[in-house]
Amino acid sequence: MEIIESSKIYDVIIVGSGAGGGMATKILSEAGLKVAIVEAGPYFDPGAPEQQTQLKWPYESPRRGASTVRYFGEYDSAYGGFDIENEPYTNAEGSDFRWFRSRMLGGRTNHWGRISLRFGPLDFKRKSIDGLGDDWPIGYEDVKPYYDKVDKLIGVFGTNEGLPNDPDGFFLPPPKPRLHELFYIKGAKKSNVPVYPSRLSMLTKRINKDRGICFYCGQCSRGCSVHADFSSGTCLIFPAQKSGAQIDLFVNAMVREVTTNDEGKATGVSYINKEDRKEYKLKGKVVVLAASACSSARILLNSKSKQHPNGLGNSSDIVGRYLHDSTGSDRAAFIPDLMNRKTYNEDGTGGMHVYSPWWGDNKKLNFARGYHIEVWGGLGMPSYGFGFNHNQFNDFFGLKVGGYGAGIKDEVKKYYGATVGMAGRGESIPQKNNRCTIDNTKVDEFGIPVLKFDYKWTDNEIQQVRHMHDTFEEIIHNMGGEVLGKKPTKEQNYGIAAPGVIIHEVGTTRMGNDPKTSVVNQHQQLHEVDNVFIVDAGPFVSQADKNPTWTILALSWRTSDYIVEQLKMQNI
Amino acid sequence: MDRRKSIKSILLGGVAGGLALNGCKPDDTTITKEAIAESTQNYFGRTPEELKIIEKINSEQFFNPHEIDAITTLANLILPPDNKGSITEAGVPDFIEFMAKDYPPFQPTLRGGIMWLDHESNSLFNAEFKTATEAQQKQILDTIAYPDIEVPEAERPLQVQFFSLMRNLTLTGYYTSKVGIADLGYKGNQPNVWDGVPEDVLQQHGIAYEEEWLAKCIDQSKRNDVAEWDELGNLLT
Repeated sequence: MEIIESSKIYDVIIVGSGAGGGMATKILSEAGLKVAIVEAGPYFDPGAPEQQTQLKWPYESPRRGASTVRYFGEYDSAYGGFDIENEPYTNAEGSDFRWFRSRMLGGRTNHWGRISLRFGPLDFKRKSIDGLGDDWPIGYEDVKPYYDKVDKLIGVFGTNEGLPNDPDGFFLPPPKPRLHELFYIKGAKKSNVPVYPSRLSMLTKRINKDRGICFYCGQCSRGCSVHADFSSGTCLIFPAQKSGAQIDLFVNAMVREVTTNDEGKATGVSYINKEDRKEYKLKGKVVVLAASACSSARILLNSKSKQHPNGLGNSSDIVGRYLHDSTGSDRAAFIPDLMNRKTYNEDGTGGMHVYSPWWGDNKKLNFARGYHIEVWGGLGMPSYGFGFNHNQFNDFFGLKVGGYGAGIKDEVKKYYGATVGMAGRGESIPQKNNRCTIDNTKVDEFGIPVLKFDYKWTDNEIQQVRHMHDTFEEIIHNMGGEVLGKKPTKEQNYGIAAPGVIIHEVGTTRMGNDPKTSVVNQHQQLHEVDNVFIVDAGPFVSQADKNPTWTILALSWRTSDYIVEQLKMQNI
Repeated sequence: MDRRKSIKSILLGGVAGGLALNGCKPDDTTITKEAIAESTQNYFGRTPEELKIIEKINSEQFFNPHEIDAITTLANLILPPDNKGSITEAGVPDFIEFMAKDYPPFQPTLRGGIMWLDHESNSLFNAEFKTATEAQQKQILDTIAYPDIEVPEAERPLQVQFFSLMRNLTLTGYYTSKVGIADLGYKGNQPNVWDGVPEDVLQQHGIAYEEEWLAKCIDQSKRNDVAEWDELGNLLT
């Protein structure tokens, strides 16, 4: 079969439309470049009536919101999950990496928690501090101007607290805490754990005339119909299209490889059109990969040629290595003082109004790096699962658990809103042997060889998670609460989530000054092929105890500026 | 943004630019508002693939009429109707029928449990569960409705697991329905402006806001003013 080739030559082809791809699209297209975005999933706009799930009631669905089809529940906006039919991945023996993919315009920015934390000065120089992992070739001062611009362009609420490793920014004012959050503040402070207003990319205040303001439905994971939270489509790609920039958007187009010429330079990409299952080629002067850390690594590894026999940019054998996710563990509690609540509209913003950034001193601890604590609870909208084990808390009062009949409704109301949960999300140490490679024995339904993961936590991560549970229990105690569930044991690795589950996977194409030990330079440009860039989380040297999105956005902007400059100077 | 423009750019997708432009139907903008409203009402943001799953499930019947009767009888005992609502108004039997097909691992527990109820009732009272008297029905339920919580759920007798599952599905079905949500008193899922916990609620639970914290929070009277900062990040508006 002959590959169908477009005669148009783009200035830049961007693979993937999530945070990194969206930002590159906006900056590069508004600089006047002809841009193609190639997205593996369908078009998506959370405000389109046929795609909107925001403000739907559970009874509008026959399964009442159950997660049988969408991993995070039926109204969550992610089209995808850890398991996608006919798009498998494999694990080496003893490895259980879980890989979440959203196949849609905007990618995972559509459903994410909008926790928008800058990395701090220490986060770029960890090896210098504790001798583990590696330093980044850049520092906070290199990224700060871009964090500032991202804050202003996209909007994030939070507060300037002058913290040493959780930098100030340009924040919108945060919402007031909810009732359970006031209890958390009380319990955490008593436990010497600091609490601050959280930092989420939702518009508590107007930032421009195009986007709406948050109306406090608490449903950001469903995507916002008035575009009051950040997603790549609504905040970056649509505005760029609207500004009249030259953007061709290819959806349902699964990139197979980056094509190269005899000199080894990139000439474009080849992709499978999911609708007709044929292979197509696009030509471009520059290729920007933003397919997600693991997908971009997969594309590079599958881009083998005479000039690049080990895959594109991979003569160092570093592509796919140093894969790392955040650590994670969760706990819930029953708070008797939150029983018998008067109901009122407490939806608030999606996610928590308060959080605890890392406070510890690792010199006094038996693990490296830290974690932050997220909080949930409140008078949420009932969905599938509501009322399950409706009176399990009876046990705390010496009452019978179970039963039936007229008394049930009183029990349900008594306990409604009396549960809180905490989630710890921490920094792991990148390991050279934690990696993804190509599994030559399997292909996805588009004929593209799939990834095989090999990932093991080290004692650092396991001890860190153990500390999370000790902290959760102390805070719960100081909230006057009862811990639910048993503390995970040593045999359970203290309850650490399987790698990948926290969905902060980064590091597969890490940046550095030395081409032997890194894949891209500080401009996220392949050491070996100067017209290929990577703007997802693959280039992260380390992940910090933060969420990756804000740093992906800042670095993608920084790289896009560099691309514009280099094209002007005719260097690439 | 203008939805027509976005539809145009959707159709670029999949095929190389030049080709696609010619193939783009000029008439996509004729989708009427009514059609969209109808699809929204029916499909709550489903993708075409998800719609097919729902249509397939709805085209099949798992429980027979006798089993549906048993489910309805049991659900009414678990959550007896009152002036706030009933499991029938909440559509609980239809929901359980759907879930049995949507999540097949439920099937042996639900079907086997119903047969256990009938067998028990036939043995004790020589009557199917649904036709036994309420006192007889309760006599049977009392043996399975209070699990030993020291024993992990999967290790409890099937009939106990069955009852727990039926109660869970009945409660979820009721409280996710229109009448159930009103009964519970959930007040959200609508545009509003969050401005903190009501004062009487704070008092009831013996907790208060700190002045210092409140000073950092949004002044909702200024939410419409476009944000501007000084160069240090202090909000000016």
